[in-house]
Amino acid sequence: MKLTLKVWRQANATASGKMVTYPIDEVSPDMSFLEMMDVLNEQLIQKGEDPVAFDHDCREGICGMCSMFINGEAHGPDRLVTTCQLHMRKFKDGDTITIEPFRAKAFPVIKDLAVDRSAFDRIQQAGGFVSINTSGNTQDANAIPIDKHDADKAFDAATCIGCGACVATCKNASAMLFVSAKVSQYALLPQGKVEATDRVMNMVTQMDEEGFGNCTNTGACEVECPKGISLENIARMNREYLTASVKG
Amino acid sequence: MALSGLFLVVFLTQHFVINMTSVISPATFNSFSHFMGNNAVVQFLLQPILIFGVVFHFVMGFVLELQNRKARNAKYTNYKGSANANWMSRNMILSGIVVLSFLGLHFYDFWVPEMNYKYVEVLPLDPDRYYEELIHKFESPVRVGIYALSFVFLALHLLHGFSSSFQSVGFNNKYSKGLQVFTKAFALLIPLGFVFIALYHHLNAF
Repeated sequence: MKLTLKVWRQANATASGKMVTYPIDEVSPDMSFLEMMDVLNEQLIQKGEDPVAFDHDCREGICGMCSMFINGEAHGPDRLVTTCQLHMRKFKDGDTITIEPFRAKAFPVIKDLAVDRSAFDRIQQAGGFVSINTSGNTQDANAIPIDKHDADKAFDAATCIGCGACVATCKNASAMLFVSAKVSQYALLPQGKVEATDRVMNMVTQMDEEGFGNCTNTGACEVECPKGISLENIARMNREYLTASVKG
Repeated sequence: MALSGLFLVVFLTQHFVINMTSVISPATFNSFSHFMGNNAVVQFLLQPILIFGVVFHFVMGFVLELQNRKARNAKYTNYKGSANANWMSRNMILSGIVVLSFLGLHFYDFWVPEMNYKYVEVLPLDPDRYYEELIHKFESPVRVGIYALSFVFLALHLLHGFSSSFQSVGFNNKYSKGLQVFTKAFALLIPLGFVFIALYHHLNAF
């Protein structure tokens, strides 16, 4: 395959960036998108140019590190996959592909396509956990019976890998899908209910402080989420938040 | 936004019901309008609440829009919004501004003359004047055209906003699919009904 790549190049967080065009050939349809980026970087290194910086780690859709905005969509045109799971067979020979970093005020660009998503870490630290006694007397989680329906929903929410595609794709750069998944995975379980009020208040407060936008229920996040996290979680978080606000 | 929006949907429904009586029975329309225009509870309690609801809704809409624009300080060069969200959900501010502009015209047409009649010129009570005033307003084809266009935008606003408000207050369960059907039907039928009323009086004037 021969392709034309238009890639966002930005030297560092404070530099102004621009789209740079790179022709690339010898791309196999069986390559993953990241492998195609590796080929591009090999070519750039051979020419003595700076390779394109991009986030990646597990390359099997688990870690949530890869984060490109490809042809106007987070993780590209495929559904329920991360960029590392996107294959070049999804594109046609001769295509022009635009590649940009995830853009949000709360996700500042570090370099090229690599963005700082530590805002998600701080939201997690604000309440995305269950406080337990680790002295050795911790009760076995399986000792508490949990309704299968609730357990399944909690597990579905817990599949969020925190990649930030929801923020990147939302026209408002809202983080509601991510935060609601993290709130839901605990709110649905008896172990998480104890701290539910503080959790939702603290996580939403931190989300607002990070500068994410507001949810207007466009549903774009659910469509682009590589793990298919449902909007039902946002409704649940809204209920949790309203209840917590009334309780004080 | 969601709560004020739901409140305005309730108001819109009662407004539609009263307007529809102008097609069915002018006498009933006059009777309802006279009651709404002269009942102390409606005038001095419900009307201020309604004005507050309208102002709160559009001010919050602008505030949220500004906050959301600020949340993405650098724009994408290629952003395919239509790939994952419908036009209505992505353009609530646009449809909202059109509806707000229409409200300006609507106030100029009906509310300002009404306030002038009752509180400035203090003219004598006339329970039979409302129907005549209504059909007089719909004589102009330009005004009817503007009304029809505005209601198209109201429909677009409601197509997303009505169902979205339930999601915002946390209502997303097994009944949501049925509710979606109801809200979409409401969003289409009520504005269409208002357009029908305007066209009916316009065509009957000749």
